Amino acid sequence: MTLEEIKKILDAQVIITPQDPQMEIKMACGCDLMSDVLAFIKEEALLLTGLTNLQVVRTAEMANIKALVFVRGKKPDRETIALARAKKIPLLVTDLPMYEACGRLYRHGLPGCSEA
Amino acid sequence: MRVMGAEPCFEKSFGIAGGDLVNAGVVSSKVKKILQELHVPCQAIRRATIAAYEAEMNVVWYARRGTLTLSITPELLRIEVTDEGIGIEGIELAMKDGYSTASEEIRQMGFGAGMGLPNIKKNSDEFCIDSVVGQGTVLDITIRRR
Repeated sequence: MTLEEIKKILDAQVIITPQDPQMEIKMACGCDLMSDVLAFIKEEALLLTGLTNLQVVRTAEMANIKALVFVRGKKPDRETIALARAKKIPLLVTDLPMYEACGRLYRHGLPGCSEA
Repeated sequence: MRVMGAEPCFEKSFGIAGGDLVNAGVVSSKVKKILQELHVPCQAIRRATIAAYEAEMNVVWYARRGTLTLSITPELLRIEVTDEGIGIEGIELAMKDGYSTASEEIRQMGFGAGMGLPNIKKNSDEFCIDSVVGQGTVLDITIRRR
């Protein structure tokens, strides 16, 4: 599934566009606990989260997360956006709550990290 | 200090400031960049940076200051993190998944679930931890490059 398709499925706003508009996403993880993300997420996954602090971007950097979606309409601050831009990590925001955002992507065929 | 099997061909130390949430992760980011520049295999880079980041965050949360030293040999990556801080009472307990003494502030940032030290160990080929309550903690992480 491309990030462009994910944007449409989630009615998301793009804050940082990917360098490759057809960036392919093979799996996703929904989590607000960065400790769990660092322990369990697979490389190149999409992370959906309700946290918008700097450490979410740092976590994405260390775990090679391909792109971030902030759920519940949460907008990251300027510092978080600047760090994500520097690290070339695309950012999206959706008004959907976590369960519904994950559910929509799963229904459209994007698997979780334990299945991919 | 353990014998690494060969003299480091690269070694660099970085200071970590306790309580500095803005710069938390900067050292691990530098570690990742160095390993990428040295063409270390991707899987080893990921394991090393996740371990370094967890260790760096522990210094930021729990210590006054710390130092991360990255040493690289042709075979191994070694990350030693020493800190001056409260230390760990009961290392066995701290190594258990889910055990945590984290504050509410740490939990609100998405950390403090008691996964840090076990995750460092999971990403290491060798892992040693030593701590003195009231003085500080030393983590010794070794990862094979291949």
